[in-house]
Amino acid sequence: MQWLGRPFTERSTLIFLGVLFSALVLVTVLHVAVPQGHPLYVSAYTVNLLGKYLAYALLAVAVDLVWGYLGILSLGHGAFFALGGYAMGMYLMRQIGDRGVYGHPVLPDFMVFLNWDSLPWYWQGFDMAWFAFLMVLLAPGLLALVFGFLAFRSRVTGVYLSIITQALTFALMLAFFRNEMGFGGNTGLTDFRDMLGFDLRSSDTRLGLFIATGVALALGYVLCRAIVTSKLGRVCVATRDAEARTRFLGYRVERFQLFVFVVSAMLAGLAGALYVPQVGIINPSEFAPLFSIEIVLWVALGGRATLYGAVIGALLVNYAKTVFTGVMPDAWLFALGGLFVLVTVFLPKGVAGVLAYRIRRRRRDGDLSGGKEAMA
Amino acid sequence: MRNFPLPRPASAEAGLGDAHRRAWRRPLTLLAGLFVLLGTLITMPTVQAQDAVAIELLEALDVSSYPAKGEAITAIAESEDERARDWLSALLEGRLQRTDEGRFVIVLDNSGRDWPVADALSGEALGTMSRRDLDRIGINNALRNQLRSVIAVVDLYASDVGLRRASAERLLGEVDADLAEPLAGLIEQEEDARVRQRLTQALAIHRLEQGDILAIEHLDGSLHPRVRVALARATADSDNTELADAAQTALNNIEQTLRLNRAAETLYFGLSMGSVLMLAAIGLAITFGVMGVINMAHGELIMLGAYSTWMMQQLFPGQPGLALLLSIPVGFLVAALAGIAIERSVIQFLKGRPLETLLATFGVSLILQQLVRTAISPLNRTVVTPEWMSGSLVINDALSLTLNRMYVLGFSLLVFAGLLLIMRRTRLGLEVRAVTQNRAMARSMGIRATRVDILTFALGSGVAGLAGVALSQLTNVGPNLGQNYIIDSFMVVVFGGVGNLWGTLVAGLSLGVINQVLEPWAGAVLAKIIVLVFIILFIQKRPRGLFPQKGRAAEG
Repeated sequence: MQWLGRPFTERSTLIFLGVLFSALVLVTVLHVAVPQGHPLYVSAYTVNLLGKYLAYALLAVAVDLVWGYLGILSLGHGAFFALGGYAMGMYLMRQIGDRGVYGHPVLPDFMVFLNWDSLPWYWQGFDMAWFAFLMVLLAPGLLALVFGFLAFRSRVTGVYLSIITQALTFALMLAFFRNEMGFGGNTGLTDFRDMLGFDLRSSDTRLGLFIATGVALALGYVLCRAIVTSKLGRVCVATRDAEARTRFLGYRVERFQLFVFVVSAMLAGLAGALYVPQVGIINPSEFAPLFSIEIVLWVALGGRATLYGAVIGALLVNYAKTVFTGVMPDAWLFALGGLFVLVTVFLPKGVAGVLAYRIRRRRRDGDLSGGKEAMA
Repeated sequence: MRNFPLPRPASAEAGLGDAHRRAWRRPLTLLAGLFVLLGTLITMPTVQAQDAVAIELLEALDVSSYPAKGEAITAIAESEDERARDWLSALLEGRLQRTDEGRFVIVLDNSGRDWPVADALSGEALGTMSRRDLDRIGINNALRNQLRSVIAVVDLYASDVGLRRASAERLLGEVDADLAEPLAGLIEQEEDARVRQRLTQALAIHRLEQGDILAIEHLDGSLHPRVRVALARATADSDNTELADAAQTALNNIEQTLRLNRAAETLYFGLSMGSVLMLAAIGLAITFGVMGVINMAHGELIMLGAYSTWMMQQLFPGQPGLALLLSIPVGFLVAALAGIAIERSVIQFLKGRPLETLLATFGVSLILQQLVRTAISPLNRTVVTPEWMSGSLVINDALSLTLNRMYVLGFSLLVFAGLLLIMRRTRLGLEVRAVTQNRAMARSMGIRATRVDILTFALGSGVAGLAGVALSQLTNVGPNLGQNYIIDSFMVVVFGGVGNLWGTLVAGLSLGVINQVLEPWAGAVLAKIIVLVFIILFIQKRPRGLFPQKGRAAEG
């Protein structure tokens, strides 16, 4: 278990965890202890919004793991995110029980509406929390396993792989739009009531979900850090930089790729599962190719292959999105498009790259002046 | 019978107008275009004679006895006068009327207080008349029935083949006992094979309904839905098992032919859809082959091409054909310039980083989409299809090929041939192929790779614009047009392989056909999914597409 402890010896991980937990505590205190109306009070709406951002941040970490350290530009991670979300959504649907509009004891409303008389087989078991939470990881993991196995075995890499992943999420989107699929079609799954016995509409539950998402992000971050700092991580980086050479050195490159790809898909699924109860709906638009490629932009803006950069990027872009779409919705796509161009052309290493450069230069300057002092 | 003085001058004028019409129809007069006037003078006496006959025919209608009217109707129908149909249908609708002066007129619109009327003989508009000044020629129910069946066949006496064909077409399944006899005589006289065939079928349907087993022989092989309905009805006839069996055999034969025709139609739709896919993907394949980058804004370049067609039609209102022809070069130029702008402003700074290029061009595609949304409209725009492109080519009763798809198919193949020529026969093509195979080596041989990049990008983008022009004739033009086709074009590139035009052609056409074949039984969405899964499995066997590049060019 040495590899799992290694991240805690890194300064960047400790700083990240420190900032994250301070933020969690701060928001909790400001939400619970500060009276409403006070300028420092954090509303339940804001807590919810921040929880959503944290789920996105976890998703960005998952994408950075494959893109930053494996060189696989997946344009289909939205699919894993949405699958995790759907698994959670199915559990939440079953929790509604007979409180739906039609009051059917077992069937969700949309199935009653479609005149179905029994639950499809793939909906069985989702009334049990443990099974649903397992599926949150297994469903995206299995898809990633099958897809990755086929793709990596035939050495599909680079731009080809990006296009195929995009086609994958596009196909899933089309499929989930169909009513016959049994996932609520266009509308998706919504109207959730409670989760593990807690009312989803109460602000306490929302705060709990926010904290849970923050903890999940911390755990996911540490796990990814552990992977990339392990020997396995070194092989990944080698694969990213020179796939053919790594293969000639005797490594079964496709196995490493497959393993990391599946882990990343599971993390994305977890992010989706935490996202759904906070926004209260999951529908096929999460499968849209635009969303998947947007995730990649978060990572690119924050800085590839740093993990913390992915978190920064996700928070920045989504905050900007919230502000923009509120103030001038038409301009958002211009801004997003411009961001894609500017980041790739002018900020190839992202915000994290700029930060690291600044820090390094200051340190070097410090070293130089220290040296001068020693000489003098 | 009322006697009435016909105003001479009006009649002469009417005769002349009629003579003009007639003169134009005669090929001889047409040939001697300069002698139209002379021709008019020569034909005038016969026209006047015809009008006298016509007046007599109409006079016979204005009697009080209904049986006499019936005879008059038959006389008109058999008169071979071209106006007979107008008279009879006007009579059926109560619009054939007589003025106080005794002139026969046709009321054009009898909804208001004053009715617009036209002369029944010359067709000349006579302004409006009060209903009090007009006498209607009345008919009863028996006459109404007679009129309906007479009108159905009156065109069969016309000298124009087109009219006879249309009339025969209408008769299928409408023949009753009254019509059967004159029809049999008409078939004997008919010269046009298609009219004769139709009439035979129409008569056979009637005879089949009477239980005549020999009629089936005439119906066998016909694809017309009416024929199938008649045969299907005959199979249900339990009294006459022999007839039912014979009808069933004929029906089975027809179904067989019908299936073949449906297959041909699916193939046609698939090929035309595939040709558009090919056109959309081929530019992508060229740029990917040369520069190793995927241009995610390619779909938006297609959209720009489609919008330039729309623009041209706005500039030339009322001339959609001219606008469409002009939009071919304009669409090419607009998209090519946009492509050059993208290459110069973004892609050239991302050399050797294909994944970043993908992201950056995706950003460009978002900007272009939103630009169109704000500058033009978020709503779809319709592009008019010129007259010579609408309509369809009728092969038989079950198979008709829409012309716009045929033009698109032909256009795509032309563009493909053009590209092939450029790649094989020009200096640019040679350089493009050299850079595709080995950029470093090509450069050391003195090829200016940057220039080749720009030109290739312009060419690929221009072809995308052409795809947009073609697409504007098949679907609505909107900001999302490119988005809808980009993933399919990627699939074509992945399927066909890069750097080989034939690969894109085969991949595009076959994906189009596969989609169309799957659609009827799987639905449009499922068909798309199946195709995507198929491609994912396909690249297991051939990761570099159908026609991969061989040798050293493959890695690198």
